[in-house]
Amino acid sequence: MSKKARVVVGLATCGIAAGGVSVKDELGREIRKRKLNVDLAETGCIGYCFAEVLVEVEKAGMPKVTYGDITVKDVPELIETHLVQRKIWKDKALLIQGRRTPEADFLKRQKRIVLRNCGIIDPESINDYMKSGGYDGLKTALKNMTPEEVRAEVLAAGLRGRGGAGFPTGQKWNFCASAKGADKYIVCNADEGDPGAFMDRSVLEGDPHAVIEGMIIGGYAIGATHGYIYCRAEYPLAVKRLRLAIREATKKGFLGKSILGTDYSLDIIVKEGAGAFVCGEETAMMASIEGSRGMPLPRPPFPANKGIWGMPTNINNVETFANVPWIMRNGAKKYASIGTERSKGTKVFCLTGKVRRGGLAEVAMGTTLRDVIFGVGGGIKEGRNFKAVQIGGPSGGCLPAALLDTPVDYDSLPAAGAIMGSGGMVIVDDTTCMVDLARYFLNFTQMESCGKCIPCRIGTKRMLEVLNRICEGRGETGDMDLLERLAYDVKDGSLCALGGTAPNPVLTTLRYFKDEYRAHIFKKKCPAGLCVDLVTFHIDAEKCTGCGVCVRNCPSGSITGEKKQPHAIDIETCIKCRECLRRCRFDAVYTV
Amino acid sequence: MATKTKADPEQAIERAKLDKILNKYKKQKGALIPILQEAQEALGYLSEDSLSYIAKATKRTLAQVYGVATFFTQFRLEPIGKHLVRICHGTACHVGGAEDIDASVSGHLGLSEEGGTTEDMEFTVEKVVCVGACSLAPIIIVDGVAHGRLNADRARNVIKGYQKQK
Repeated sequence: MSKKARVVVGLATCGIAAGGVSVKDELGREIRKRKLNVDLAETGCIGYCFAEVLVEVEKAGMPKVTYGDITVKDVPELIETHLVQRKIWKDKALLIQGRRTPEADFLKRQKRIVLRNCGIIDPESINDYMKSGGYDGLKTALKNMTPEEVRAEVLAAGLRGRGGAGFPTGQKWNFCASAKGADKYIVCNADEGDPGAFMDRSVLEGDPHAVIEGMIIGGYAIGATHGYIYCRAEYPLAVKRLRLAIREATKKGFLGKSILGTDYSLDIIVKEGAGAFVCGEETAMMASIEGSRGMPLPRPPFPANKGIWGMPTNINNVETFANVPWIMRNGAKKYASIGTERSKGTKVFCLTGKVRRGGLAEVAMGTTLRDVIFGVGGGIKEGRNFKAVQIGGPSGGCLPAALLDTPVDYDSLPAAGAIMGSGGMVIVDDTTCMVDLARYFLNFTQMESCGKCIPCRIGTKRMLEVLNRICEGRGETGDMDLLERLAYDVKDGSLCALGGTAPNPVLTTLRYFKDEYRAHIFKKKCPAGLCVDLVTFHIDAEKCTGCGVCVRNCPSGSITGEKKQPHAIDIETCIKCRECLRRCRFDAVYTV
Repeated sequence: MATKTKADPEQAIERAKLDKILNKYKKQKGALIPILQEAQEALGYLSEDSLSYIAKATKRTLAQVYGVATFFTQFRLEPIGKHLVRICHGTACHVGGAEDIDASVSGHLGLSEEGGTTEDMEFTVEKVVCVGACSLAPIIIVDGVAHGRLNADRARNVIKGYQKQK
């Protein structure tokens, strides 16, 4: 082992957005300036997104330390303290190897299978992946097992589709394996379109080989001749790293003709999506791969029998594939020992919104929402109160505090009205209006509806109109019933899952937050103070110091008051732009 | 769609660029979407002329190509400004105040809430749904570079930074 110190910067999209590239450049400059003998490297996302930019420092004779919230300005002090004075810079240390830090809980409460390498290996190095056991699963599958045995192993592991539907993967593979066709396609669905979900991006950016290895194993199991990865164009870094990984894997003989000297051959092409949420649906995705408008088709025929170019096709999600190499290496039994009776393994969730520690949380199936949000996530930001968790994106639902003890698995969440979905968890506090949130999702699905089925195309539009008028203070008696009736019409009358699940955010908010709808419709009030048509802005005379910030920034000149005397807002001329609320440093502006 | 008659030399340059892309995908089945993506990358947007040229070369009707180009949000049928500002409206950004950011950026550039392109062709503002960097919400992407943890003021400053670059 070399004793050379090593500094690693997390450079997934989120790390880059937080300024990671400049931090890395500055680290390089500082290291050169001081003529230090240090390796500077980059890695994917470890999931501590709330503390980006993350820098990990390893130096012989010292515990490994992960520093969080590092900016360019912190770089000299970081280098000076850790690498020169050989001391831990406690203010910024997030994790210290072998020691308990408050933020260590975030990782300790997780069970990492899919994210096993994310934030640990260099995603652009196949050797790094192989050193951590990469491609061993493929070797086991191709050299020691028949395709039937591989399928049986995945079936026994109890792996279910992580794209949201939760269909048993082994069974899906069996359908496609028994279908006849001159060509067979294996497709990875990397069209992560759910707003609020980014676990697939993190895996693709942080550990692309895991997905590719899973695909090759799956391809072997079903006898696929060609592979596609359908990746969102909004994820340029993922596309770049996938293409690099495919080239490297081909060079090493894991892809291409006669893989590992066997008579199995497979090629994989990355196809970039062009921005259509509905293309996450299997038949729409296939249409898009063939170069047509991405509109769903009725099933049957199922893709397993008649898919791309009429040939048998098997589509699995990124996270599903990333589980497969682990199962091959560790065995179905070990995998099936994690999770619940009917939901095995782990699930990666993206904690976002008003949660304190937002980021990637991979937990065993059956963990409660409370453990994920409060245990891993550390509770709500700024000491506010938990109001709801929106789980499963536009197809999912909003669950209230009373349901925090619901376990996350494929049976309990649907029973509560939500779905597992892809795994986005947006946590909201009392400043979020639930009617507005439902409207937000409806606006999304209404825009993304491909227009093929009339109940989805027109139904979502009508539902949105009702929600708009409720939020604007024009809600009528009977609107809640109307919404519910429309919701079931859209659900029942749509061909694909987009329409089939689009009303879920409305149905769950109607079920759990009825009072908020009532307040909007009957009292013309928005309890969260968010719907501008239903609130007026006021200044609390006790809190106001008369500093004049609001007066200077009010675009309509509606705020008056003497210096150092409490100010007042003229609600007649106020345009409700929120500028005063945002700017007041004394919390004196409030809404009624 | 706005039809513009172009001077012939300009058209010839555009077609040479398109030919190069079309040639690359000649042997690939169903490559219309990558062709459109690369054409847009090379030319900035998809004009009526480019669409009909691609339609002819790929043996499709103009309606089919137009259908695909208008189905996916990535494709643009109008030219865009020098800087492309994409304001994320994902769920985390929405609850984090994306509307405020949008109003601040569009207002600063003198555009309506719907976004669009400034008259001097410097900036195009568009709404996007989730760029997948939710933990840094609210976020905007300018010319492919993400700027996270914004508020209305900081977002305006980001744009001012690009305006100074001129």
